[in-house]
Amino acid sequence: MAKSKPSVSQKTKERDKRTLEKIVALADDLSKKTFAGKEPTFHIPTRSKSNTIWNKKRGILEMGDGKADRPLFDLKTAKQFMQTVLHGSTIKDLIEAGKTSSLRGVFYKAKHTVAGTKENTFDTQEESDPILEDLEVTLGALREELHVFAENRGVIAGNITVVDGGDTIDCRAAGRGGHGIPSIVEPDVFEFGKCEAKFVLHVEKGTVWNRFNEDRFWEKNNCILTHGAGQPPRGCRRLLQRLNQELKLPIICVLDCDPWGHYIYSVIKQGSISLAFESSRLAIPDAKFLGLRAKDYEECNLGDAVKIDLTENDIKRAKEIAAYPWFENHKGWQKEIQKLLSNGFKMEVEAMINKGISFVTEEYVPARLKAKDWLD
Amino acid sequence: MSQSALLEEADHASSSQSKAMKIKNAPRANAESMAAKQRDISVSEFFAKNRHLLGFDNPRKALLTTVKEAVDNSLDACEEAGILPDITVIIEDLQPDRPASAKSARYRVSVVDNGPGIVRKQVENIFGRLLYGSKFHRLKMSRGQQGIGISAAGMYGLITTGKPMVIHTKPNAKQPAHHIELAMNTKTNRAEVTEDRETKDFPPERFGQLTSGTRELSERGEILSPDVYPTGTSVSIELDGRYQKGRGSVDEFLELTAIANPHARFTFVPPSKVSEDEKEDAPLLKQKAASKFKVAGDDGKIVETTAAVEPPPKPVEPLVTTETGGVVVFPRAVEDLPPETKEIQPHPKGIELGILLQMLKEAEIEKGGYTLYNFLQDRFSRVSAATASTLCEKIGKTSRTRVADMDHDSTEKLFRELQDAKLPPPPTDCLAPIGVQQLLKGMFKGVRAEFYAASSREPAIYRGRPFLIESAIAFGGELPGDEPCRVIRFANRVPLLFQQSACSSFKAVVETNWRNYDLQQPRGAVPIGAIVIMIHMASVWVPFTSESKEAIADYDEIRKEMKLALMECGRKLGTYLNKRLKMRRESERRDVFERYIGEIAKACNAINGADAKKLYEAMLAQAKKRTAIADLQLDEEGKKVKEEDPADQDGVIIVEQAMTQTTTNSDTPPTGKSSRAEKAMLEVAARGRQAEEDAQPKLLESPGRGAKGKPAKDDGKSAKKAEKSAVSKPPTKSGTGSKPAAQGETKPDPKPDPKAKPKMRLVNGKLVPADQPGLF
Repeated sequence: MAKSKPSVSQKTKERDKRTLEKIVALADDLSKKTFAGKEPTFHIPTRSKSNTIWNKKRGILEMGDGKADRPLFDLKTAKQFMQTVLHGSTIKDLIEAGKTSSLRGVFYKAKHTVAGTKENTFDTQEESDPILEDLEVTLGALREELHVFAENRGVIAGNITVVDGGDTIDCRAAGRGGHGIPSIVEPDVFEFGKCEAKFVLHVEKGTVWNRFNEDRFWEKNNCILTHGAGQPPRGCRRLLQRLNQELKLPIICVLDCDPWGHYIYSVIKQGSISLAFESSRLAIPDAKFLGLRAKDYEECNLGDAVKIDLTENDIKRAKEIAAYPWFENHKGWQKEIQKLLSNGFKMEVEAMINKGISFVTEEYVPARLKAKDWLD
Repeated sequence: MSQSALLEEADHASSSQSKAMKIKNAPRANAESMAAKQRDISVSEFFAKNRHLLGFDNPRKALLTTVKEAVDNSLDACEEAGILPDITVIIEDLQPDRPASAKSARYRVSVVDNGPGIVRKQVENIFGRLLYGSKFHRLKMSRGQQGIGISAAGMYGLITTGKPMVIHTKPNAKQPAHHIELAMNTKTNRAEVTEDRETKDFPPERFGQLTSGTRELSERGEILSPDVYPTGTSVSIELDGRYQKGRGSVDEFLELTAIANPHARFTFVPPSKVSEDEKEDAPLLKQKAASKFKVAGDDGKIVETTAAVEPPPKPVEPLVTTETGGVVVFPRAVEDLPPETKEIQPHPKGIELGILLQMLKEAEIEKGGYTLYNFLQDRFSRVSAATASTLCEKIGKTSRTRVADMDHDSTEKLFRELQDAKLPPPPTDCLAPIGVQQLLKGMFKGVRAEFYAASSREPAIYRGRPFLIESAIAFGGELPGDEPCRVIRFANRVPLLFQQSACSSFKAVVETNWRNYDLQQPRGAVPIGAIVIMIHMASVWVPFTSESKEAIADYDEIRKEMKLALMECGRKLGTYLNKRLKMRRESERRDVFERYIGEIAKACNAINGADAKKLYEAMLAQAKKRTAIADLQLDEEGKKVKEEDPADQDGVIIVEQAMTQTTTNSDTPPTGKSSRAEKAMLEVAARGRQAEEDAQPKLLESPGRGAKGKPAKDDGKSAKKAEKSAVSKPPTKSGTGSKPAAQGETKPDPKPDPKAKPKMRLVNGKLVPADQPGLF
């Protein structure tokens, strides 16, 4: 579809029309119920663990049918009810103006003092963001359909050309900083061009990415190099998923050897609970975990300097992760986590510098790739 | 029983002349030389040396005790004569030029009452002898008991200043008063009259001209008016004392006395100079000591009052304590005297063997040939003819046996039989409780709180003596919230100011578990919080721990009754607190809805063009309907708002706390806040009270008035004022929804207060979206 290149504005117009209709329908329901003397209530699909289903067949987390009522006349939900309506109106304005806004922008647009009080409609962005997610799931519209985007986070470089918002970007010549991954990378605004890469190497954060990029890893190994600045945002995950699905590139992750690294991998692979409704667009069930592995301390003869003691919280998290349904029966992962726990310490990718400045890019990763020594 | 034992001893010493004190430590003396030193001690002499036993330990307490004894006597006399007491207490500073640091100074205490007066020939006996009085020999509820008080005060004055006591008394309205000055001879326990003449000067005019305040008041006829004092007595004692404010002060005493005696009017003219270092003392019931209040006096004139000088005006009551040029007037709140109490005979279960022997002996002397059968019936309460003859039989006597024939053994047998006999409890018509309504009223007058509860127990018995416990609590309002509570104690309507921790009532407060009623209470201590606890014991004989009558002895029966009374009050408080919480939540809830629907209507209009105004109105209607339903449910849960259990309702006043203040000042302490819901409760409570008793209709009907309560006479003014303040509030439409249950005929005029909705301080924390999504 990305290749057929229909008129972008035409497509957008249709999409916006659909979104607007959904918002108006929500408001109509509100006023109709009110005039009928019934209590206006929103039914919001629940984004919680209890309403998340592990779809074993597809290998992804999916959102269940559970919905939470958000009635107006309930002390607990009254304010949220109001906030939901306010955001509906804000988004309508955005769509009609044909503009997009950041999450923070939406927060500011809807923030004001409730008439006759000193109370704000929204006090913090933390209050506003979840309401937007509520709207996404309630309307069944994606964030970009609501004209809202998040901060750009994550970077891409490597043997691929992309067309981002009409500009052709050669990721082979993206400089030392690479090309920033926008929050919205849907085919209508972000297209793939020529691609020689055979796989995608995803690393956890910018510092590690810099090491790989400086060492021209993607050139030497014919791949695409990305990072997601820690927990990868939706834009980054969606891009990885498209690379995986559309270009059939394997996604190989190099993350820290700690519960957080494992968790990031889990989110890339299966999706997260809060975004379970988007899993089919975000999850990459065949993503691979190349390292760091708990066994590397011995296998790579790392020095004691790489060790960071596990905290109690780490241990707790590790055990929780081991109990995830997709890890629960996975012998490799059970072993990996057991090893981490028995080690009693965690390791960061940067720590590999202990063995040599470019040890990780020139020896460690290539060797493991060759040996196909990874977890999936 | 320490006091009666002591008294008996003293009595013997003065009357029988047989009991001499041995001087144990005189070495190397023979019986003769010792005998030369052995002599009679008069009671007066004894107490002159042991004045601390009577409450004259130090100058400050001496001043208080003098006032207290005189006021107690005045109240007793007035009540016995059926006169509504009007008592004026004047303390003159006789050394105004002394340095401020002086430890003590000379004062003249004068107490003037409008009582029946004293016939001339009794004056010396009453004021000049210790242990002379009408109250000691009987079992009757009265303030004084032993006949020590006022004469001891006179004696103290004489010892410290050498000045005689000055008495003006006018027993007959149509005849001139007596002016008598008398000094007590401590050796003979007799008064010596130094001046005795007739005078027309009663009430003494001099008092009206003492200060600018008294002059102002006497011009208005509000102090010592001859109309109010057609008869009466005035006592003046010069003494070495110390006038200071705070705990245990004359001010506190009068204030508390006014609480327990709402039927009396008190006027207090304090001395011009206050002794130093008063700052340390806690202010009295009023905690906002430093603040000045502007209060409209009876005449509508604004007088300035300072809390430190007098109890600040009580805002919600119709009769306000006022101060004019330093003179404090505690108005009369009730026009009914307490019921007259009957004198009773001792109950057999309460006597001791020695007393029984004594009684038999006295009976024989009084009435030769008295039969035991008659004696038992006449001299004891609750001994019927049948019981008397059974008792006689049981000890092997007949009904004809004469009292004189009772020997020690048979008396002892009789005593044991009496203890085992099944007898009805003593009669209780000898007790005059203050009464729940009066208690509430007294507390209401004296303490600025938001909730008052009172309970009055049924009479009970200790050692064969009937007694009755009453208790009241005041909660919230302007009381400080983080200090140990204040316990105010009364015995037969007399405040007890000292030795709190030795008092049975204090122990009862400590032993009561206030945590059950949502109050904080450290282990083994009184509860902490905005609460004042009052306990009153009424009895024909209050068992004090000492002659100065400062603490009630700790009998199990008494403490148990006290605890039961406290628990009753506590339950009422607990219910109230619980409901207050719910009500507050409800009103918050309503406010939340009201606030948000405006926004929702606007936003909805922006999306689909629905008519914002209509939408708003439709939602508002729903909000009201829904919260009204919630209110009803709440009532059922709360179990008190509707008229379910009238017994539960009585004994409670809920004050709609100075609404005007709360609305304009958002920083008032949390306990001071109130909501429409609370107002609704107030109305209901008022209705409940109305249903059962109309004794004090004015107070009860009008607690809804504005912050500056006014005397009932200038109703018009106050209503206007209140209306004005109501108008100044933001006109919300919410006022009506809160009064679902208050349609009764006694519903207070809703006009002054309906808009008094405290602007919402919704805690944002409560409404923050439940679980933040994001990661797990």
